[in-house]
Amino acid sequence: MRELLLSLRNVSAAYSGKTVLEGVNLDIMPDDFIGIIGPNGGGKTSLLKIILGLLNPQSGHLKYNIARYEIGYLPQISQFDDHFPITVNYVVLSGLSKGMHLTTRKKSETRDKIEKILDTIGICELRNRPIGELSGGELQRTMLARAIISSPKLLILDEPNTYVDNRFEQELYRILADLNKSMAILLVSHDVGTITPYIKTIACVNYSFHYHPSNEITNEQLKVYNCPIELVTHGPVPHRVMGEHKHG
Amino acid sequence: MEIIQLFEYEFFRNAFSSAFLMAISCGLVGTYIVSRRMVFISGGITHASFGGVGISYFFGWPPMAGAAVFALIAAITTENLTRKKAIRNDSLIAVMWSLGMAIGIIFIYMTPGYSPNLMSFLFGSIITVTHLDLALMLALTIIVMMFFTVFYKVILFVSFDEQFAKTRGIPVMLINYILIILVALTIVLSIRVAGIILVLSLLTIPQNTANLFTNNFGKILFWSVVIGFTGAFIGLISSYFLDIPSGGTIIFSLVILYLIGRLVKMVLVMRRFTGAGTATAVSNGKGPVQGL
Repeated sequence: MRELLLSLRNVSAAYSGKTVLEGVNLDIMPDDFIGIIGPNGGGKTSLLKIILGLLNPQSGHLKYNIARYEIGYLPQISQFDDHFPITVNYVVLSGLSKGMHLTTRKKSETRDKIEKILDTIGICELRNRPIGELSGGELQRTMLARAIISSPKLLILDEPNTYVDNRFEQELYRILADLNKSMAILLVSHDVGTITPYIKTIACVNYSFHYHPSNEITNEQLKVYNCPIELVTHGPVPHRVMGEHKHG
Repeated sequence: MEIIQLFEYEFFRNAFSSAFLMAISCGLVGTYIVSRRMVFISGGITHASFGGVGISYFFGWPPMAGAAVFALIAAITTENLTRKKAIRNDSLIAVMWSLGMAIGIIFIYMTPGYSPNLMSFLFGSIITVTHLDLALMLALTIIVMMFFTVFYKVILFVSFDEQFAKTRGIPVMLINYILIILVALTIVLSIRVAGIILVLSLLTIPQNTANLFTNNFGKILFWSVVIGFTGAFIGLISSYFLDIPSGGTIIFSLVILYLIGRLVKMVLVMRRFTGAGTATAVSNGKGPVQGL
């Protein structure tokens, strides 16, 4: 039985009194893989912060059927001070914290969990490396490890493909598709043009919120929406074209 | 030999003890400040405390008590207003910095008679440390040590990524306030050692020296204490034998230790490049998960 994890009703967000996003209605189910796309400054990160409890909604309400610490979070990588003296181990360990404690009881359990997650992400050899010595992609992997080590029920990713090379981007999406078997995923991308095929549904955020619950493509939709330039690729239809936003 | 004889003097024993205690407090608190890039905030708190010194002179109160009150007000105001984004952080610090000094100088000027200890507040006077000072330093050092030992991971997580820490249910605001209060109290008690103008160096130079060799928060905590104490001890001894103010010699020693550190690091890096020192090559991060 699919049980609702979280629902948002008429949520709006504001920064210093100025509304940046309104009319958000969204139900998140356990097996969802929702892509949130939209231009920079369109309110994507605000939406994530509201769900994470880092920002209070201006209006509307949220209903959680999961605890806050059951949400995994990968913030935008640009916000980190990469001179901060912390090693990969400890960054990942912070993902296991719950209040003033850790979710794990024993040191050996903690070690095993970290070991396992670093292995999954493929950064075992970096464990004692300070984050200042990591490449952008390695730092991104570290942050992903931190976000998923607690086996959250909902994983929220804010532009996880920044600084990531093409090869890891593909790998990242494979990892996410695998994780999606056991958790819902909410992925924000500022790259309106490209979206991984693993994403099941899409929400467009640009001050207003439009959710596209189905990813079927109809001929009618294959017209102009969101295709500022023509993309040329080989193989099956490279575009995912969504229905037009209904206003009013 | 002569150095050991120095311990026969009570003033020297007190100075030595205070150097030891403040090396611990400053080492720990300073690592937090440096890692989180709060050096300028600490400068603001330090100089704001001079306002308290001035007012205390005027009313005949103990100067350190006034300094503590002002430092705490400055610390809590900064934390509070920064969080609310009510004002530009750096501008606020500049205001507190100069307002504190202004209040201080006005009240000292209005106080009748000569202010004999003024220089010791500005530049420190470790050899005039009293038993009360020592008792306060000991209490603070114990509190700081306990807090950093028990909540080491929480402090690290909050300092590194406050927002993420919040999502994990860590009471970030509480931790921030406790830490800024510890910063303020450490600064006030360190004024005895290095004075308002020099105290910032106790909180930053040992950390940066340690940071030359390690990027591990825990190791910086430990080595900052060791380096801070070494510098304070060398400074204290040379102050006695050269008969110059201890605040200055302590800072000077710390800077020399830092420069030696830079030199050693340069040699290590050069040896690594020439291949002569493969054995000294810094660990490349391989090996089992350590120190959790």
